Amino acid sequence: MASNTQDAAHGAADAAHGSAPGMPQLDFSTFGNQIFWLVVALVVIYLILSRVALPRIAAVLAERQGTITNDLAAAEDLKAKAVEAENAYNKALADARAEAQRIAAETRAEIQAGLDEAIAKADEQIAAKAAESEEAIAEIKAGALEGVKAVATETAEALVTALSGSADKDAVAAAVAQRTKG
Amino acid sequence: MGKIFFFAVLALVVVSGLIFAPAESKLAIHPMDQFIVQPLFGGDHVSWYTPTNVTLWMGLAVAAVFALLVLGSSRRAIVPGRTQSVAELAYGFIYKMVEDVAGKDGVKFFPYIMTLFMFIVMANFLGLIPMSFTTTSHIAVTAILAALVFFTVTIVGFVKNGAGFLGLFWVSSAPLALRPILAIIELISYFVRPVSHSIRLAGNVMAGHAVLKVFAGFAGALGLFSFLPIFAITAVYALEVLVAFIQAYVFTILTCVYLKDALHPSH
Amino acid sequence: MEGDIAQLGQFVGAGLAAIGSGAAAIGVGHVAGNFLAGALRNPSAAAGQTATLFIGIAFAEALGIFSFLVALLLMFAV
Repeated sequence: MASNTQDAAHGAADAAHGSAPGMPQLDFSTFGNQIFWLVVALVVIYLILSRVALPRIAAVLAERQGTITNDLAAAEDLKAKAVEAENAYNKALADARAEAQRIAAETRAEIQAGLDEAIAKADEQIAAKAAESEEAIAEIKAGALEGVKAVATETAEALVTALSGSADKDAVAAAVAQRTKG
Repeated sequence: MGKIFFFAVLALVVVSGLIFAPAESKLAIHPMDQFIVQPLFGGDHVSWYTPTNVTLWMGLAVAAVFALLVLGSSRRAIVPGRTQSVAELAYGFIYKMVEDVAGKDGVKFFPYIMTLFMFIVMANFLGLIPMSFTTTSHIAVTAILAALVFFTVTIVGFVKNGAGFLGLFWVSSAPLALRPILAIIELISYFVRPVSHSIRLAGNVMAGHAVLKVFAGFAGALGLFSFLPIFAITAVYALEVLVAFIQAYVFTILTCVYLKDALHPSH
Repeated sequence: MEGDIAQLGQFVGAGLAAIGSGAAAIGVGHVAGNFLAGALRNPSAAAGQTATLFIGIAFAEALGIFSFLVALLLMFAV
């Protein structure tokens, strides 16, 4: 291959002297120029990259990595705090609920006690009233019975007198008492 | 089927256009003219210091590298903008390549390899601008790039491993009788490396640009049917954009492979 | 079309050398095709081997570029 290229190069050099358009790639008179400028360009790029660009980009990337790590740690922290807060909240909630239940039970017991007392008082009053009423009723009943007996005796006496001319008061009274008993 | 028909018609049109083209309209655009090295400020003698179109386009490549990697990252933003993203992408791409292929101890050659990659990729892309000059299409340029890699690798190999670097040519896993023959083959292939390394890059770039100019010549010769070669030029141009990047990538990754051979010469 | 026999030889030789580009195309196709076949069998391992793929393609293509270069030399440089 190398010898091939060399031959071809000689050909190109010949062609360059002639009129035929050869390959500009094999025009050796420009090689020095190209190599010089290439070396200049490479050195400039190398200096730019190694002095400025690469350290800067590496720093930016490292900084970003650091920021991401920090942010992740902070997020982890916040998450832990949130979990803690939630636990505290739950605990407070449970406490409050228990307190509420206790208060409710207490109140209920108090109310129950008051209620019981009131009911007992009411029962007592009712019982007293009922006894009074019963007494009154019994009195009225007795009064009424007396009245009925007297009226019945009188009526029976009158009836017997009217029918038979005379009446034995005691017999009539006994008979009425007998009848009204049932 | 439709594709075959399309290409058959295309070929027919091209051939008929060439046959029936007026005799005096030769290839108006010579495919090799784009590679001529000329002085920028008149004159026809090119000495080693003359500012030529090589100087101009290499300078533009340097400026592009500067713009991308230095100006692009000048804001040092934690959340990168567009240019800074590309710069960081290029950095990460080459850094990872060096680390993966050449190994951890290859990382100290990273600025050197990044220089090669950025220069080649910028020169290739700038060369794709119409009417521009492609510095990487010249054997002289790519030969120097490849020779730099070759000498770096050889020197690093001997400095790091001493005579052990010669173990690269002594295939200890082969039968003893075969080893001298293999050693010769390995030695030849070692010295052919810079040749193929340089000619691959220059050849690919040169071939693509020459093909573009050949099709452009067809477009000049075909008259009414010139839209066909223009379609072809569009397609080839798209391929060339791909090739411009891939050849830079291949040059860089082969550099890393050779560097790995120098750092760890065991076969 | 006046010309000499040497020019005929140049152009015929350039055409013959250009066949090598087609051969390189076959080689590149082999590399890419076998990579794809392997990648479809084991997609998880494919990502790590793209660099090897490109190296293989580069080696296969370089030889085609050599023949193309010979064609160019015959056309323009000899």
